[in-house]
Amino acid sequence: MSTVGDMPRNTVSRRIQRSLHGRRRLQLSLVLGLPLLILVVLYLGSLALLLVNAFWSLDPVTSTVRHEWTLDNFVRIATNGVYHVITIRTIGLAALVTVTCAVIGFPVAYYMARIASVRTRRLLLLGVLLPLWASYLVKVFAWRAILQQQGVLNWVLEPLGIKGPGYGDVATWLVFTYLWLPYMITPIYAGLERIPNSMLEASSDLGARSGPTFRRVVLPLAFPAVVAGSIFTFSLTMGDYIAPALVSSTQFLGNVIQREVGTSNNLPLAAALAIIPIIVMIIYLIVARRLGAFEAL
Amino acid sequence: MAATKRRQGALTAGLAIALGLVPSMTVAQSPAAMPVPESALTEVGPGEGALEVVAWAGYVEDGSTSPDLDWVSGFEEATGCQVNVTLGNTSDEMFTLMQTGNYDLVSASGDASNRLITAGSVQPINLNLIPNYADVFEGLKGKPHNTVDGVPYGVPHGRGANLLMYNTDVVTPAPDSWSVVFDTESPYAGKVTAYDSPIYIADAAVYLMATNPELGITNPYALDETQFAAAVDLLKAQRSIIGRYWGLYTDEIAAFQSGDSVLGTTWQVIANVLKDPAAPTPIEAILPKEGATGWSDTWMLSAESKHPNCGYLFMNHIISPEVNAQATEYFGEAPANKLSCALTANPDHCALFHAEDEDYFSKVYFWATPQAQCLDGRTDVTCTDYSAWTQAWTEIKG
Repeated sequence: MSTVGDMPRNTVSRRIQRSLHGRRRLQLSLVLGLPLLILVVLYLGSLALLLVNAFWSLDPVTSTVRHEWTLDNFVRIATNGVYHVITIRTIGLAALVTVTCAVIGFPVAYYMARIASVRTRRLLLLGVLLPLWASYLVKVFAWRAILQQQGVLNWVLEPLGIKGPGYGDVATWLVFTYLWLPYMITPIYAGLERIPNSMLEASSDLGARSGPTFRRVVLPLAFPAVVAGSIFTFSLTMGDYIAPALVSSTQFLGNVIQREVGTSNNLPLAAALAIIPIIVMIIYLIVARRLGAFEAL
Repeated sequence: MAATKRRQGALTAGLAIALGLVPSMTVAQSPAAMPVPESALTEVGPGEGALEVVAWAGYVEDGSTSPDLDWVSGFEEATGCQVNVTLGNTSDEMFTLMQTGNYDLVSASGDASNRLITAGSVQPINLNLIPNYADVFEGLKGKPHNTVDGVPYGVPHGRGANLLMYNTDVVTPAPDSWSVVFDTESPYAGKVTAYDSPIYIADAAVYLMATNPELGITNPYALDETQFAAAVDLLKAQRSIIGRYWGLYTDEIAAFQSGDSVLGTTWQVIANVLKDPAAPTPIEAILPKEGATGWSDTWMLSAESKHPNCGYLFMNHIISPEVNAQATEYFGEAPANKLSCALTANPDHCALFHAEDEDYFSKVYFWATPQAQCLDGRTDVTCTDYSAWTQAWTEIKG
């Protein structure tokens, strides 16, 4: 019934468009509303519900959580030396894994970003990302098979007369380095790729050879990317309990938390212990931000 | 109408098949009737059509793992109770699942059973309604991990002991006491192993029962502060000679095969695997003179079970001679039903697992959940509960 030249029909969608027109804040809140709701309510909210347990306690008689405010759990962690030892051990391993991943990952990323031909770069990228397609457990069990007494590593080293590390702390370090290496290589690769060629040309124009160029131009520009990668390796190692349980007998923070929850249902103590890595990571992220890890965002 | 009658007829016939013999239901023919606990079922009606089970892996096989492993489909056909199994990975997971009230049956280990009873998650069982219970070994009846104040809360699935295993080539002379794993001057230091779980504290308590009788320990799961401290100190001292703890039983198999471990606590199934004639490791597993801890899982029925009839039918089914033989042979433990020994695929199964040796099991203290309310009945002291044991275990491992 409408003919060309009539006013557009007053449909529902037209009415909505009209009411939103010019109201930027309303538009923004509608777009961001659902994601923010999911983030705050589902994620942060459930995290808060978990962590509030740290201020409650376990009733030894009924094995259920007593909802009475108490700082007992924190006192216990602060006064019992074993938790300090385990925390330091976990942070130490996380730091060691981070450094190892950076040392191995940087040359690989550098080669991929600046030296390799396009074809080689694609193949290397595939190679770096392929392990991520395999499940975590498959990878850890593969390492169990490699490191065991009659495993591949010992079989390879036998003619040389040396024995592999077997299970233990060295094994844990090896497995974590392997697991998180792609998470270190990828940000460094992205960071190195972003360095414009003109910078390197300018450096050589000013008389610097490849060594000083690398040290004084490339490294500082790539450092934030290394820090970004280290956030992954550090935080993932801090909380992991499966790999240490499968390739060693040592207990880390994750193992203690898992035992408290899984064996004696002591959610309050586990929640209190879980606050330790959260605090460590908050400090780490503040330092990382200072070092420019989030600049590229 | 006719259809309903036919269905009811089929169900009754199914009941008769499932329960074995209809006459055995009458009180006059059964052995001395056991007291019926308050709030327990007084009779088993027709199946409700479904059953939610929480079980350990390998306990309730319905053919999905392997077509040869199926002791559930027959039950489902006979009773109409469709069995839905949820695998529990840890005792605590099972405890939490049962607290939701959404499940009917659980195969509770001793480190969960007492907690389930205290929390009111499971109901007392009228053992008169489970005819196959009459054939359960006497040594498994009325144990503290599933019977409280004389009230039974379930039926046993099987049992096993934690033995002392040693490499016969390396460890001489052959040990007969747990002292070899607690000796801080041990010549095998660095090659001793122990079970990686807080419940292992009870093993230290069993040893102290013999060596330090002045501590007055009568039940290794009922330890007051002093007794507990002594056990923990013993284990902290033991830490210095331990090479590796084992949590997965495959870990211990690998450790003994490679020679990384030569001495330590074990399960019978591990010893049997190591002695496999295809690739034998020179080991022996013995029950030391002080006795040992052990484990026996109990089938328990939820207090909020929506399918109690199916629950009772399944409990009777799982401890029936044929099924118990299949299930315990597959898992690697001694059966609960006396008549199962004649029905195992391997005729030596019961001998290998000492199933009929009551003297052997009389020295075994089955896992029970340590609780603040002392399991040995003492009321003048508070015992350490399992959360205290768990925290102590973190300190022991260091």
